[in-house]
Amino acid sequence: MTSPMTTITDVNELKRIASQVRRDIVRMVHAVNSGHPGASLGCTDFFVTLYFNIMMHDAKHFKMDAKGEDAFFLSNGHISPVWYSTLAHSGYFPVAELNTFRKLNSRLQGHPATEEGLPGIRIASGSLGQGLSAACGMAEAKRLDKDESTVFVLHGDGELQEGQIWEAAMYAAHRKLDNIIATVDYNGRQIDGDVNDVMGLGDLKGKWAAFGWNVLEMDGHDIDAIIKTIEKAKAMRGSGKPTVILMRTEMGQGVDFMVGSHKWHGVAPNDEQLKTALLQLEETLGDYPEPKK
Amino acid sequence: MEITVSPEKKDTRSGFGQGLLELGASHPDVVALCADLTGSLKMNAFEKAYPERFFQVGIAEANMMGVAAGLATAGKIPFTGTFANFSTGRVYDQIRQSIAYSEKNVKICASHAGLTLGEDGATHQILEDIGMMKMLPNMTVVVPCDYNQTRLATLALAEHHGPAYLRFGRPSWPIFTPAESGFQIGKAQLIKSGKDVTIFATGHLVWKSYEAAKELAAQGIDAEVINIHTIKPLDIEAVLDSVSKTRCVVTAEEHQRNGGLGDSIAQVLALNSPLPMQMVAVNDSFGESGTPAQLMTKYGIDTADVVAAVVRVLKRKK
Repeated sequence: MTSPMTTITDVNELKRIASQVRRDIVRMVHAVNSGHPGASLGCTDFFVTLYFNIMMHDAKHFKMDAKGEDAFFLSNGHISPVWYSTLAHSGYFPVAELNTFRKLNSRLQGHPATEEGLPGIRIASGSLGQGLSAACGMAEAKRLDKDESTVFVLHGDGELQEGQIWEAAMYAAHRKLDNIIATVDYNGRQIDGDVNDVMGLGDLKGKWAAFGWNVLEMDGHDIDAIIKTIEKAKAMRGSGKPTVILMRTEMGQGVDFMVGSHKWHGVAPNDEQLKTALLQLEETLGDYPEPKK
Repeated sequence: MEITVSPEKKDTRSGFGQGLLELGASHPDVVALCADLTGSLKMNAFEKAYPERFFQVGIAEANMMGVAAGLATAGKIPFTGTFANFSTGRVYDQIRQSIAYSEKNVKICASHAGLTLGEDGATHQILEDIGMMKMLPNMTVVVPCDYNQTRLATLALAEHHGPAYLRFGRPSWPIFTPAESGFQIGKAQLIKSGKDVTIFATGHLVWKSYEAAKELAAQGIDAEVINIHTIKPLDIEAVLDSVSKTRCVVTAEEHQRNGGLGDSIAQVLALNSPLPMQMVAVNDSFGESGTPAQLMTKYGIDTADVVAAVVRVLKRKK
């Protein structure tokens, strides 16, 4: 199996990377006055832990087919800022390229895409509900090829309102795809308000369990807990069941005026708000450069 | 070309099933998915021979398209099978984002297209699928005309990298194209040469057009019949070559006039060489229950309609 370029086990070091990723996120969406900072900030600790600690992957030699390495799919594609920043800091492409986000002729499309050939992206997402199906296909291929690596996929909780998710959930369980670890960003918020008000998910844990999945829960802002929970999920290989992790997060985590509100789902900070936000997020790895005027 | 009509008739879907079975042996990366219509799609032989490479997804076509996209991402060559209606309209966004935009090497194989599905009625008789699929960037659209050609098209798609839509049907149909040659994706196929008019046809209507050309010959009209089995990319050169000789055009298809082969040909003519044209197609209506023959007559896509369209277009020809 391919070795990760860097496996960072020091939680403090992972926190330092997360701080830089959060800075990148608010700067990226501010620069183009568009994008989705809320759940990007909420999922930062998860992304950093996944890419720098958990996954076996080779950022310098991106392989579309993910043969022999772990694959990650982002089903809720609108949180592209956190993914792009994480991929860049992992070494998939230059960190400086983050300043092209959402601009004309960029590989960093508003929602992730393969057409421009950005390393690290394996399928387009944005129209919700499609990522788990793709993960199932990758998991089937790995099983056929006797490839022991893992398929990770992340979903928003609001996204679970899409019917295709449950088609794929049924499929993964029926096919005993225990090489899939799905995570739900369980922040309870979506564009129009609280998930419980818009279209409640009810007993979410019970729903996944009834569909035949192993269900774990974790605090998405406790890096130590993220590591331990995903390790536990990986140890469930052989159970004959796919595993889902319900990850409790706060939308806007790390920026006090954004935290916990759906209002920052898809709104960029203004100049003043950016300043305030950056004061709360330590620059640890160096900010990506502003584009040349 | 010399047309040899086989004494037996077969359904085009069986050509797909046969082609898929052969691919199982020749291409270890070919996998197949089906949404609870294995028998209807003639995929049983592949399923039996290669059970580990066959994925039954149940009645969940959206998921099937996504699973296929995931398999393709991992380097497999997935062929999905269900009715044309559930292969396109039901899953358009999944195809658009996960397959076409993502440039996945998925072959969307669609049976029971058009009116010739027959008695099941309009819910299943999709007549808009060619239009939907040809509009998608990156998508190749293939509509073979008989059993032999559907088999050859299936084999060819495994060698063709990129998203593709393969449309075929349910009824037994004459077999009149060669078993082992004459098919190349993107290359129009000359069925009968002629000098007075060109009939561009696709799918089941190629045979109807060939029949029409024979009737027209008896009236002293020399029609050229060209099989446009690849709607996209369209063989523009073959289209312009033929019309430069015949100077008028009829198109024939088992599809809505909006979005079909006729649309594609009209675009080529309008941009290059505007000429009199008539379209034989369903004109903005849904189908209904009936036998395939009854439906083709009622909805104006039968041999007589092709003949009438030729007579009309010749009157407009200067």
